[in-house]
Amino acid sequence: MANLLDVNNLQTVFRTDKGEVTSVDEVSFSLKEGETLGIVGESGCGKSVTSLSIMRLLGKGGRVKHGSVKFKDRELTNLSEQEMRNIRGNDISMIFQEPMTSLNPLLTIGNQLMEGIRLHLKLSKKQAKLYAIDMLKKVGIPRAEAIINEYPHALSGGMRQRVMIAMALSCKPNLILADEPTTALDVTIQAQILKLMKKLKNELNTAIILITHDLGVVAEMADKVIVMYAGQVVEEADVYTLFDSPKHPYTKGLIKSIPHLDNDSSERLDSIPGTVPTLQHMPKGCRFHTRCPFATERCINEKPDLLQLKENESHSVRCFLYDSEQLDKDVREEVNS
Amino acid sequence: MSPKIKEKQKPLLEVVNLKKYYPIKKGIISKTVGHVKAVDGISFSVYPGETMGLVGESGCGKSTTGRSIVRLDDPTDGDVIFQNKNLANLSKNEMRKLRTDLQIIFQDPYSSLNPRKRIGDLLAEPLRAHKLAEGEEIERKVNNILEIVGLTKYHKSRYPHEFSGGQRQRIGIARALILNPKLIICDEPVSALDVSIQAQVLNLLKDLQKEFNLTYVFIAHGLGAVKYISDRITVMYLGKIVEIAPTEEIFNQPRHPYTKILLSAYPVPNPHMRNREQIVVEGDVPSPANPPKGCAFHTRCPFAQPICREKTPPLDGENHQVACHFPLT
Repeated sequence: MANLLDVNNLQTVFRTDKGEVTSVDEVSFSLKEGETLGIVGESGCGKSVTSLSIMRLLGKGGRVKHGSVKFKDRELTNLSEQEMRNIRGNDISMIFQEPMTSLNPLLTIGNQLMEGIRLHLKLSKKQAKLYAIDMLKKVGIPRAEAIINEYPHALSGGMRQRVMIAMALSCKPNLILADEPTTALDVTIQAQILKLMKKLKNELNTAIILITHDLGVVAEMADKVIVMYAGQVVEEADVYTLFDSPKHPYTKGLIKSIPHLDNDSSERLDSIPGTVPTLQHMPKGCRFHTRCPFATERCINEKPDLLQLKENESHSVRCFLYDSEQLDKDVREEVNS
Repeated sequence: MSPKIKEKQKPLLEVVNLKKYYPIKKGIISKTVGHVKAVDGISFSVYPGETMGLVGESGCGKSTTGRSIVRLDDPTDGDVIFQNKNLANLSKNEMRKLRTDLQIIFQDPYSSLNPRKRIGDLLAEPLRAHKLAEGEEIERKVNNILEIVGLTKYHKSRYPHEFSGGQRQRIGIARALILNPKLIICDEPVSALDVSIQAQVLNLLKDLQKEFNLTYVFIAHGLGAVKYISDRITVMYLGKIVEIAPTEEIFNQPRHPYTKILLSAYPVPNPHMRNREQIVVEGDVPSPANPPKGCAFHTRCPFAQPICREKTPPLDGENHQVACHFPLT
């Protein structure tokens, strides 16, 4: 099966007063139809910018400097704004973190929902309304016929997020970018929304890119995961491999530092020392070396590449610790040729 | 009781039937038309040296409880007994004196530090306000406290914006700690921090507790952090306490349906567990301005019976208290 989305060597930069800063660098991944990709990382690691780059919603200061984003074999970075508008909402749609601020407070739920439906599906006003009510029912909103005439402030956070999901799904997109869709919600409501997303995904076979800082949410939802640190992908693997045998020191640290519910509370939590470097002061060499317990001279001076592991080709790590394997492989290939 | 609590020990803090109502005003003469019952008659005790975790979803009244204890908000009714004094009746002046023993750490390290003050001044301020030290002694104490929380004296001349979230939270902790308090209310101290930084701050809080024999009331909505730090846990729902028990028991044998549902809703960072049986409740938390009659949880409870709609269950039990007509076994 061909890939639905191919992101290759993406680099996104922003203009600032202090010159150009690189927010996302050398990011590559691919996604098949119906697959869920989790992107995890801490604040400022570039996970949201990655998704905004795909959607070309970077605003005035930002631009994709290098790399390609191929969606159904079309190169998105070259499309005109008009062509891009046809794709947004129709083929790729987005769910944002803040259901409080991402709905327009001055328009009714129905108006906001019908806008996209009428634009992309070319339905009449009446048909669009019926369709919108249908969508609201599908995402579990009670009294959909009445709610459609309400303004966003009348709904709770969980309900607003359901409206956002209904909006994102209404044109049956092939891909949904969900940027921290449950972060602003309470746990019991989060469980409802995650369950709903799983159900709809299975029904509609939609691919999802799920951006989150919560490893718990990733473990529940994703098929495969990329871990980002300081604008780069540091590890990529299927979800089971990532949690069972994480390779990159950052991923390991991240997984160990979450207080598990089944941990013994008398144990000390493992923590990663130091803080995430800022974009202006990115360390030379490996970007994690300032916080890495295994850093060597080489990590300070040289940049590691994202390497495929020998034993599992779908598992890659950006770390010199696993480089000896690569060396062996290179040597072998040389000998063979 | 948790192992830390010795028998016949007196509680350091006793909250008795605490209520905090906020009036809802309407119309041009601002007539009070009702009340938001943020905290509606809660009672619990905290013993010296222990950490009491306070959990619940947003709007359950956990932060209001914390703020009412230190009188940042004046309680509507009820008693807060701390070291044999009833804080609810103290005058502003008397309360001020007591605040050296009773400190609070806030959630957002970005808005809780004055951006125009240097770290040195921010830390010296509580000492000056309470006239606990002068001149060189202030200097010495500030240097000392910075070292304790993992910063250095060279940070003194910097401003808050030069620090990361985790470092700012360390400064917030230092500010509370410099007065040598007995009880610290930690109001979601790690919620705004990144995962890798949360662990650093939680470890720090735990180390400080051991070193200075501190007592914490730890308010949070993330259960993992609460479990890690607490000896006992109080679960709140809609302004009321539904369960109080030692941490192990809350996690292994929750007795209130809400506690069980809350635990089950928490996403587990282990993909092999994703097909576990999960209880997902329907519906939202009702508004505290108009809470349901009877047991506040009956509208969402999968086990609700007719009596739950009529009668509010009292908080019952000795070491493991639960407010439910039909507690789980």
